[in-house]
Amino acid sequence: MDLYKLTITQASKGLKEKKFSSKELTKSVLARIKSIDKLVKAYVTVDEENALHKANKADKLLMKKRADNPLVGIPFALKDNICTTDIRTTASSNVLKDYLPIFNGTVAKKLKEKNIVLLGKTNMDAWAHGSSTEASDFFTTRNPWNLGRLPGGSSGGSAASIMSDMTIGSIGTETAGSIRQPSAWCGAVGLKPTYGRVSRYGIVAMGSSLDSPGPITKTVEDAAIVLNAIAGFDPYDATSSPKKVENYTKDIGKKIKGMKIGIADMYIESSQKNIQEKIYQAIEVFKKLGAKVKNVNLVDPQYAISVYTILQRAEVSANLARFDGIRYGYGRDKFGEEAKRRIMLGTYALSTGYYDALYLKAQQIRTMIVEDFEKVFKKVDVIIGPTAPCTALPLGSSKTSPMFGEVQDILAEPSTISGLPGISIPCGFSDGLPAGLQVIGPQFSEKKIIQVAHAFEQETNYFKEKPKL
Amino acid sequence: MIKENFEPIIGLEIHVELKTKSKMFCGCNADWFGKVPNTLCCPVCLALPGTLPFPNRIAVEWCVMLGLALNCDIPVFSKFDRKNYFYPDLPKGYQISQYDKPFAINGSLETNTNQPINKLTNQQIRKKIRIRRVHMEEDTGKLLHATIDGAKCTLIDFNRSGMPLVEIVTEPDIRSSEEARIFLKKLHQIIRYIGISDADMEKGSMRLEPNISVRKFSRNKNQSPNKLKLPNYKVEVKNINSFNFAKKAIDFELDRHISILEKGEVPAQETRGWDEKKGITYTQRTKEEAHDYRYFPEPDIPPIRWTKPQISKLKAQICELPDKKIKRFIKDYKISEYDATILTDELETADYYENSIKYQVSSKKYKGITPKIIANWIINKKTDITKVTPEKLVNLISQKQQIVQMDDKELEAIIQKVLKANPKAVADFKSGKQQALMFLVGQVMREAKGKAEAEETKRFLSKMLN
Repeated sequence: MDLYKLTITQASKGLKEKKFSSKELTKSVLARIKSIDKLVKAYVTVDEENALHKANKADKLLMKKRADNPLVGIPFALKDNICTTDIRTTASSNVLKDYLPIFNGTVAKKLKEKNIVLLGKTNMDAWAHGSSTEASDFFTTRNPWNLGRLPGGSSGGSAASIMSDMTIGSIGTETAGSIRQPSAWCGAVGLKPTYGRVSRYGIVAMGSSLDSPGPITKTVEDAAIVLNAIAGFDPYDATSSPKKVENYTKDIGKKIKGMKIGIADMYIESSQKNIQEKIYQAIEVFKKLGAKVKNVNLVDPQYAISVYTILQRAEVSANLARFDGIRYGYGRDKFGEEAKRRIMLGTYALSTGYYDALYLKAQQIRTMIVEDFEKVFKKVDVIIGPTAPCTALPLGSSKTSPMFGEVQDILAEPSTISGLPGISIPCGFSDGLPAGLQVIGPQFSEKKIIQVAHAFEQETNYFKEKPKL
Repeated sequence: MIKENFEPIIGLEIHVELKTKSKMFCGCNADWFGKVPNTLCCPVCLALPGTLPFPNRIAVEWCVMLGLALNCDIPVFSKFDRKNYFYPDLPKGYQISQYDKPFAINGSLETNTNQPINKLTNQQIRKKIRIRRVHMEEDTGKLLHATIDGAKCTLIDFNRSGMPLVEIVTEPDIRSSEEARIFLKKLHQIIRYIGISDADMEKGSMRLEPNISVRKFSRNKNQSPNKLKLPNYKVEVKNINSFNFAKKAIDFELDRHISILEKGEVPAQETRGWDEKKGITYTQRTKEEAHDYRYFPEPDIPPIRWTKPQISKLKAQICELPDKKIKRFIKDYKISEYDATILTDELETADYYENSIKYQVSSKKYKGITPKIIANWIINKKTDITKVTPEKLVNLISQKQQIVQMDDKELEAIIQKVLKANPKAVADFKSGKQQALMFLVGQVMREAKGKAEAEETKRFLSKMLN
């Protein structure tokens, strides 16, 4: 049995039933990394020794039947912008190339407390600026379905590692699309929680009013299991929500008959024909499952690009100011092209005389978009649509346009600037590349979008398809 | 000396470091003064990647309380902002502050002025200085310039980084350096009364920045002085750590501005530093070098929305402030405004005074002791209130009073005896020699073996001699 192929649910069951040990599972995944990561290049750092040590520790707990949660002994990969005290945290940037944090980010801390086995840290666009991983200061990660294609980003390493079975579970972060778009391009499940549902503490900040960490997994159920472990109020993050955490696996398997699902033509039409086809097929699947599909009107997602770009660049320009060359060992000359571009644009947008015309106006439109969604969610339970406008593009595609990321993330931006949760799941293949469908819900409706995504996943079984590597 | 046709226009910015237990945005110990450098810091106040600020509730409440004490409005909606600038002592590359939605706005503080006492009402002329805003921000680290192994270098101590700081900004209502000094003393007193800061100038927990300009004096009597146009320049003076230095720096600037204005020129808009050794100010930063701080709402901290009960609750926590206390002391204890002012200068003294009165009233043994007498003892006899308890003080007064209240007849008898024994001195006094009286007082007191009180004896002697 190739243990590395397992999902969290399967691996957890196997560990509890003592079919294999965490050490065996971890070794299997590490061997997989050794054999194919030279092709996929998903990891920035792999820490074999530490992983095996943690696996041993987990095995002891499993032996004593003291495994109190489904993540004990499960190998995990974290995006390299999540601070970990045992593995350097680079944000795939040369500025933090040798930075070893002195504290664990809350997400890492929570997972470590659940006794996961941390394998290593995955590649990303430097500082999470991008949607391709081509903006990584180190190297580009490849799409496991086609090594000549991009994995998407910025959590490209996490999505690629999951779909090439180089980890059992993984965590990405999303500002706008950075979990969902690479999940769509790699055929993974990517869940971007409501802003404030999962703590941002210890995540190298990108767009502070938008950043949301979340799971990238092989199945919807896995995503729910991981969300159960990482969600909740954090006294270190004033923007984290004190709202009670639900059991996100609770409604898994429940029928979605009678559920009202909204579709917005504007969103579907913003994607290419091959994607549109898959979405129309998906609508039929939902109808077959008994859902009521309704057309809804949403503000043109085009506007979200402008709003998102201004707000995010403004926040980036301040967030990167701490890398002033005094600490961390490297100077500002180590910033890559994209980071420099964003600092410049954000600084400009906040300057006297431009603030009102740019930042303030963007905030006003943001409020309009928030209200637009609120109106629509009075009529429907969830909205479905394409995750990304197209399937994975060839290597080099992002180099031609400084707005590559914003255009790729057009379908994630409106919901992210409204703080809404969304989940991307595979909805078919086009020329051997996965297409992604996203389910968006009102704030704190994670349980519901998980239920809907799970129903679709189980009906279609696309998740059973694996890239041949 | 200010020439008559020029009018000083002065506004003040005051920074006050709060004495909360922990820092503004993290749990670090806030008692940083005098501690070994970089021993009171954590990932948050060092601004390590991924860290986030979590506002200190007490600090925010204290800021609002100060606003209330300064008669400010507390807007229902408030928020933090990022003030962006680079400096090695600012580890985030921005300071969390408040820009357009401060915690408190539109207040005022009434102070005495240096104007002569109004003879008719026998009251000092009072003046209202408007408070523009009171807001919350964080302090920076400290730079230490040193030479290590022969090389000049700058060291950074982050112990102070992230300390809660309140900034108070007045309107340009102050018209003289003495008015500024009086205002600052009053503000200092209120801050210490509410107990939110030591406001210790030496430790830098209260820092003063006057904004100074001078306008040609042409006041129209019908026009409110505050509606007159302000001069088209202003000079800010930094690094001032005493009220007297603030006064001196203002005077230095006023003279400088007037001499420039007299030449028909306009002083440069700039930030100047204060050199306390030389007693002069010097250019630090000119208008051209002024920062564009690129303020924007701090996304890491949700906006604050107050409810009316929350504000009332904070208002109720503010103790009785000096002005009110003075009035009450005059009314309840029948003491002079002068005495009441001295007794309320510090809250500790005022409390001590009232505790003494309470003890006197409750114990019923000391009927002859009035609040006025207790006040005299604290003020004139300079009772050390840190060593003598209120109970002890009342006892002490009582003992002395029993002595003073020596029987009048007994005293008269002694005086008669002394007068008989010293006919020469009596004759001298009657021929106009005042020293003779003091000699006789001395004799009486010696005869009374310490039981007589000098003033009382003198009064009796004079009466009997005449």
